Amino acid sequence: MILPSLILILIVGGIASWIVARRSEVVARLIAVASVLADLFVCFGIWVAYLGQSHSTPERWFVECDFAWIPQFGIRIHLAIDGLSLALLLLTYFLGIMAVLSSWTEIRERVGFFHFNLLWVLAGITGVFLAVDLFVFYLFWELMLVPMYFLIGIWGHERRIYAATKFFLFTQLSGLLILVAIITLAVLHHQSTGVFTFDFEQLLHTALSPRAARLLMLGFLVAFLVKLPAFPFHTWLPDAHTEAPTAGSVILAGLLLKTGAYGLIRFVLPLFPGPSRELAPILMTIGVIGILYGAVLAVGQTDLKRLVAYTSVSHMGFVLLGVFAGNEIALEGAVVQMISHGISTGALFILAGLLQERMHTREISAMGGLWETMPALSGAGLVFAMASLGLPGLGDFVGEFLVLLGAYRANVPLTVVATLGLLVATLYGLRFAQSAFQGPNPHHWKLPDMRLREWAVLGLMMMCLVWIGLYPQPVLNGVRPSLAAAAKCIPAGNCQEIKR
Amino acid sequence: MLQLLWLVVAIPFASAVLLALCGSSLSRRAVALLGAGSVGLAALASLIISATFLASAPPGNEYVQHLWTWMSSGGFRPEIAFYLDPVSLLMLLVVTFVGFLIHLYSVEYMRDDEGYARFFAYMNLFVASMITLVLANNLLLLYLGWEGVGLCSFLLIGFWYREPQNVRAASKAFIVTRFGDTAFAVGLFLLFTRLDTLDIQEVMHRASARWTPGSGVAIAAAALLLGGAVGKSAQLPLQTWLPDAMAGPTPTSALIHAATMVTAGVYLIARTHVLFALAPSVQFLVAIIGAATMLMAAFSAIAQRDMKRVLAYSTISQIGYMFLALGLGAWSAAMFHLMTHAFFKALLFLAAGVVIHAVHEQDLYRMGGLRSELRLAFWSFVIGGSALAGLPLITAGFFSKDLILWQSWAGPNGNAWFWIVGMTGALLTSLYTFRMILLAFYGRQQLHVKAKNGLAVRVSLIVLCFLSLVGGYVDTPPHFGGVPALSNFLNSVLPPLKEVHVGPITETVTALSASTMFALGLGLAYLIFGPKRSRLPAHNLLEQLWLAGWGFDWFYDKLLVRPFQWLTRKSASDLVDAPINGLAQVTVLGYRALRLTQTGRVRWYAAGLAMGTVATVAIALLVR
Repeated sequence: MILPSLILILIVGGIASWIVARRSEVVARLIAVASVLADLFVCFGIWVAYLGQSHSTPERWFVECDFAWIPQFGIRIHLAIDGLSLALLLLTYFLGIMAVLSSWTEIRERVGFFHFNLLWVLAGITGVFLAVDLFVFYLFWELMLVPMYFLIGIWGHERRIYAATKFFLFTQLSGLLILVAIITLAVLHHQSTGVFTFDFEQLLHTALSPRAARLLMLGFLVAFLVKLPAFPFHTWLPDAHTEAPTAGSVILAGLLLKTGAYGLIRFVLPLFPGPSRELAPILMTIGVIGILYGAVLAVGQTDLKRLVAYTSVSHMGFVLLGVFAGNEIALEGAVVQMISHGISTGALFILAGLLQERMHTREISAMGGLWETMPALSGAGLVFAMASLGLPGLGDFVGEFLVLLGAYRANVPLTVVATLGLLVATLYGLRFAQSAFQGPNPHHWKLPDMRLREWAVLGLMMMCLVWIGLYPQPVLNGVRPSLAAAAKCIPAGNCQEIKR
Repeated sequence: MLQLLWLVVAIPFASAVLLALCGSSLSRRAVALLGAGSVGLAALASLIISATFLASAPPGNEYVQHLWTWMSSGGFRPEIAFYLDPVSLLMLLVVTFVGFLIHLYSVEYMRDDEGYARFFAYMNLFVASMITLVLANNLLLLYLGWEGVGLCSFLLIGFWYREPQNVRAASKAFIVTRFGDTAFAVGLFLLFTRLDTLDIQEVMHRASARWTPGSGVAIAAAALLLGGAVGKSAQLPLQTWLPDAMAGPTPTSALIHAATMVTAGVYLIARTHVLFALAPSVQFLVAIIGAATMLMAAFSAIAQRDMKRVLAYSTISQIGYMFLALGLGAWSAAMFHLMTHAFFKALLFLAAGVVIHAVHEQDLYRMGGLRSELRLAFWSFVIGGSALAGLPLITAGFFSKDLILWQSWAGPNGNAWFWIVGMTGALLTSLYTFRMILLAFYGRQQLHVKAKNGLAVRVSLIVLCFLSLVGGYVDTPPHFGGVPALSNFLNSVLPPLKEVHVGPITETVTALSASTMFALGLGLAYLIFGPKRSRLPAHNLLEQLWLAGWGFDWFYDKLLVRPFQWLTRKSASDLVDAPINGLAQVTVLGYRALRLTQTGRVRWYAAGLAMGTVATVAIALLVR
C-alpha cells in the first residue's frame, strides 16, 4: 500500500492546504511542503533499500501493488516501481519542494487553490510514473493536465489565457490519440486471447499485425512527442513556460516534459519494438532538428523565460536522440539528461522568476550589469547557465555526452550535427549569463540580493548538479535494470557495422 | 609521497570554492593568503612529488592515482584518475610554479580592485582545472579540465564586466574555442567507438596495434583532436580570440593567455603523439599550421600599437613554433619551448603590467623614455625580450628555439623550407620585440610615472628573470654544453628524433644563423623605431592589414556572425507556430461566418430547413 499512499498524501495534502489557506496562508504553504517532503522521504527510503538489494536476482518491479477496480473490463489499479520510476519520482518530489519554496513570495492570491493545483499536478505525475495498467495511466495522464491548466491560466503572466488554452488543446488532443490507441490495443488483445485487460505487462504479448502495430504506435508516439516536446509539436511549450508562474514553469520543464520521455521508454519501445526500429532513424533526425532548432531560437529570444523555454526544446532533443539510438549508453544518457535537465532548467526558471519578482520584467534588454547589485544571484545564474550549455563537471554534460557517445554508434552524421548543438548552446548560455548580469547597468537597478530561502533552493539544486556531474553512478546503476530491456528493442539493425 | 597528487588539484579548487562562497566577507589579507597561498601549497606539493619521482622513478616511469569511477555505462568507464609521467610532471611544475609567481604578483597588482576575492576565486579555479587537464589519465577528464580552463578564461577576460567590449571579448574567446572543442568532442566519440576506451595510454596502445599508419580513421581522429588544439592554442584559423582576450587583467593574460592555457593544445598533441604519428598527413598539417601562424602573427605583432596586443600576437607566433616542432615530430623540443616560453612570456606580461599600472597607458606610441624611472620593468623587458628573440647562449629562449630550428632542418620530416620559415620568424620576433622595447623605454618621456612596486611584484619579476635566463640550460645542444637533460627525461614518453639531414649545415651553423637573425632584427628595429626616428605610427596599407590581424575578424563577421544573427532574428518568432495559430484563426473565422446565419428570422430558418431536406434527399437518390 506504499505506492497508493504516495499519491494519496498529495491528494489529501492538496485539499488540506486549500481548506487551511482561508485561515492561514503560511500554514497552507507548510502543509504543501510537508506533504511533498513526506513523499520524498518515502521515496528516498525505497531508493536506499533498492540500491542495497542484491542485484543477482533482479525482480521486474521492486515494489508492486495490484487490485481490481473495474473487473468487467479487466481494469486494475496496478502500480509498480522500478529504478526508472524511482529516479523520476525522486526528481518529482525534489522539484516539487523547490516549486513550493520558490513561489513563497511570488504567489499572493488564492494561495490555497494554488497549492491544491500544485499538489494535484504532482499527484498526477506520480501516478504516471507508477501506473502499469494503461487505463490508470491515461487517467493520471489527464489528471496532470487540468490543474496545470489552472496554474497557468490563473497565476500566469500577461498572455496566460492564450498560453493555457494552447497547452490544454495540444495535450488534450494528443491525449485522445493515446486513449484511442490504448482501447484499440485492449480490444485487439481481447480478440486474440479472449481476456479483457489493460495491464501493460499482459498487453506486451499481444499479437499485432505490423500494420496495426505501426498505427497504434503512432497514437502513443504523438502524445509523447507533444509532451516531450519534439519538433514540430513544440510550439505550446514556449508560451506555456513563459506565461506560467515560476512553480508552473519548474514543474512543466522539470517534470511534465519528462513524462513524455518516460512514456517513450516505458511503453513505446517495449510495446512496439518493430515499428520503433523502423522509425528510429526518423525519430533521431527529429531529435537532432529539435536540438538545433531549439538552440537557434533560444539565442534570438528577447524574453528571459522564453529563452530558457527554447533551451528545453533543445535539451529534450538530446533525450529523443538517446532513446531511439538503440543502445545502453545513449539510453542511460537520456535518463541522466532528463534528470539533470529537470534540475538545471528548473533552476533557470527559478532565477528568471526571482528576477521578474524584483524587476517586474522579463525583457533581457531591460537588464544588464546586475552583477554589481546582486552578485550572489548573478553567480548562481552563471553556474546554471554553464550547466545548461553543457560544461563538464555539471549534470547536463554527463547526459549529453553519453547520448552523443551512444548515438555515434547508431548514426555518425546525425551525431556530428547534434554535436553542433553544443556549440549553439554556448551562444544561448552566454546570452543568458552575459546580457542579464554583465555589461553596464544602464537602468541603474538597485535590487536586493538572494534571501536565505532562495539561497537554499538554488544551492541545493547546484549541489545536485555537481553530484550528477561528477558521480552519476547511483543514478546510472539505479535505472540500468529498467533500461536493459528497452535498449534491446532497437538492436544492432539500426547500428552501422563498426569496422575495426 | 606521490599519493599527494590529488591535493595539487584539491587545494586550489577548495580555495576557489571558499573564495566564491564567502570571499566578500573576508578581509583582503585573508583573500590574498587563501588565493596565493593555496597555489603556493600546490607548488610545494608538486615539488615534493617531483623530488620523489626523480629520486625513485616508479615502475614504467608512470604513476596513476585512481580516485573514483566517474561514470560507467555500457562498457564506457572513464575514471577520475591522475596520471603522472615525465611530460605531465614537467607541465605540473610549470603550471604550479609560474602560477604561484603570478598569484604572488596579483596579490599586490590587484590590491585596489573591488573584485579582489572574485579574481582569486577565478584564478584558483583556473589552476585547479589546468592541473586536472595536465594530469588527466583519460581524455574525458582532460576534456573536463579543458572546458574548465576555457570557462575561467571567459570569466577572467570579462572580469571587468562593466565594459561592454570586455564582455564581448570574453564571449568571443569562449565561442571561438568552443568551435575547436566541438571537433574535440566528436574526436572523443570516434576514439571510444573504435577503441572502446578513452584512457590516454590505452588509446595510443590500441591505436598503434589496430590502425595502420595513414588509415582513414587515424587521420580523422588526429584531425579532430587537432581541431580542439587549434582552438585552444589560438592557431590558424581560430586565432582571432586571443588578441581580444587581452581585455582581462594583466596577470590573467600572463597566466592563462601566455604561460599555461593557450599551450594546452601543444600539450594535447604531445600527449597523444602516437595518434598523430599514425596520421602523417595530419602531422604535416600541424607543421604547416604552426609555420603559417607563426609568420602571420609575427607580422601582426610588428604593427600593433597596444603593448599587450604585441605580446598576444607574439604568443600566437611562439605557439606556432611549438606546433611546427610537433608537426616535425620533435615532441620534446615543443615541450621545451613550451616551458621556456612560459617563463619569458609570463615575465614580459607581468612587466607590461607594471608599466601599464605606472603610466595608465597601453599605447606604445604614447610611451617612451620609461627606462630610467621603471628600471625593474625595463630590465625585465630586456631579459624577457632577449629570451623571446633568442639572444644566444645566455637566455632560455635561445636554446629551445634553436632546437626547433635545428630539427626543422635535420629532423626526418624537416626540410629547407621549414628552416627558412623558422629563420624568418626568428628575424621578425627579434624585430617586433625590440620595436616594443625601443618605443616604450627609449626616446622622450611623455607620460608621468606614478606607482612604485612592492615586494611581491619585485620578487615575482626577479625570479622569472632568473628563470628566463637559466631555464634553457636543462637541455643544451652538443656544441654548447651538450647536456640534453630534459630531452632524456622526456625520452621514455616522447620518442626522440633521428637526425637525417645532417649535410653541409651543422647545428653550429644553424645556431649562428639564428644569432645573426637576432642581431639583424635588433638592428632593423633600431633603424626603424630607434630613438632618433620619428615616432609616428606608419599608415601604409600593409601595416593596416597587419594591425587588423590580416582581416580575419572582418571576414568571420561577414561570413559567420552576421548571417547567424540574421537567422536568429528572423527565426525568433518561431515559424512553426504560424500554421497552428492560422488554424485557430480559421476556426474563429468559421465561427463568425456561421454566427451570421443565426439571424432569428423564421423565414430564413424555414428556407434553410427546406434546402437541407432537398439536398439530403437528392444525395440519397444519387448515391443509390
